[in-house]
Amino acid sequence: MVLNSIEKLLEKYNSAETTLKEEEQLRAYFESDNVAPHLEHYRPLFQYFSIAQQEQYTKDVPLKPKRTLMYQWISVAAVTVLMLGFAVPQFFGPTAEEKRQQEEALLVYNQTMEAFKLVSLGMNEGKQQLNSLAMVSDNLNQGIEEASRLSEFSKTTNKIFKNK
Amino acid sequence: MKQADFVSLVMPFKDKVFRLAKRLLVSREEAEDATQEILLKLWNNKEKISEYKNVEAFSMTMTKNFCLDRLKSKQAQNLKIVHSNYTDNNASLQKQVEARDSMGWVARIMEELPEQQKIIVQLRDIEQYDYAEIAKMLDMNETAIRVNLSRARKTIREKLTNTHSYGIK
Repeated sequence: MVLNSIEKLLEKYNSAETTLKEEEQLRAYFESDNVAPHLEHYRPLFQYFSIAQQEQYTKDVPLKPKRTLMYQWISVAAVTVLMLGFAVPQFFGPTAEEKRQQEEALLVYNQTMEAFKLVSLGMNEGKQQLNSLAMVSDNLNQGIEEASRLSEFSKTTNKIFKNK
Repeated sequence: MKQADFVSLVMPFKDKVFRLAKRLLVSREEAEDATQEILLKLWNNKEKISEYKNVEAFSMTMTKNFCLDRLKSKQAQNLKIVHSNYTDNNASLQKQVEARDSMGWVARIMEELPEQQKIIVQLRDIEQYDYAEIAKMLDMNETAIRVNLSRARKTIREKLTNTHSYGIK
C-alpha cells in the first residue's frame, strides 16, 4: 500500500506535479531504511538533496560603513587643492590688484628717490660752502703764521734794543 | 538600517545564496566570492532595501544573474579542458569507484545539466521554494518551470539508473 502510493508519487514527481508536501513525503520515505529494492537508485538522489540543503556559508562579510569611500577621496581632493595653489598663480601671473599695488610702490619709490636727490643736492651745496670756509681758515692760518713771524721779528728787535 | 538589522535580515537566506552560487560556479571559493559580492551589493543599497517586496527572492535573482555573468566571462577568458575526444582505459575502474560514491554521482549529474535546469532543481528540490516563488525569481511562468523541472528530473533519474545498474550488470 505504502509502496503503491510512493510509486505514484514518484511518477508525479518525475513530471514535476508534486507539491512541496508530497516531496517531503518522498524524502522521508527514501531516508528510511526500508526502501523497496527496485527504487533503490532513487535513494542517493533524495539523500543528496537533504545533505546539500545543510551546506552553509561560513565566511564573514566585511560590512564597512560607506563613508570610508569618502575618506579615500578627501586625500585626493587635498592634493588637488594644493597643486592648484601652486599652479594657478604661475599660469595666470599677478592679478590686476597686484599690478596696481606694484605700480603704486614704484611711484612711491621714485618720489622717495627724488626727495633723496634733493637732499643730497643741498648737502653738496653745503659742502661747497664748507670748502670756502676751509679756504678762509687756510688764509687765517697763513695770517697767523705771518703774525708769528712778525712776533719773532719783534723779539729780535727787542733783543737788539736791549743790547744797545 | 544598522548592521545588526541587516545581518538579521540576510541571515535566513545567505546560505541559500551560497548554495545556488556553488551549484552554478561549482568551486567553493568562487561561490564564496559570489556570495560576498551579493551581500555587499545588498549592504551598499541598504537604503533601498525596504522598497523591495521580497528581499530573499530579489537576492536569489541577483545571485542567478551574477553567477551567469561570471560563467560567461570565465568561458571567454579561460581555455576549457574537457576530456571528451578520447576514451580512457581506466574509465571502467574509475566508474566503479564512483558508483560506490553515489551521492557524489548525483552532484556530478547535476553539474552536467543545462544552467537553467540546474537553477530550477536547486531552487525546488534543495531549497524547496514553491513554484510561484521560483517563477518570480527567474522571471518565467510556472508552466515553463514545471517543464524544465520534469526534464531535469528525468535526466537525473536516467543517468542515476544507468550508474546504479552499472555495478550490477
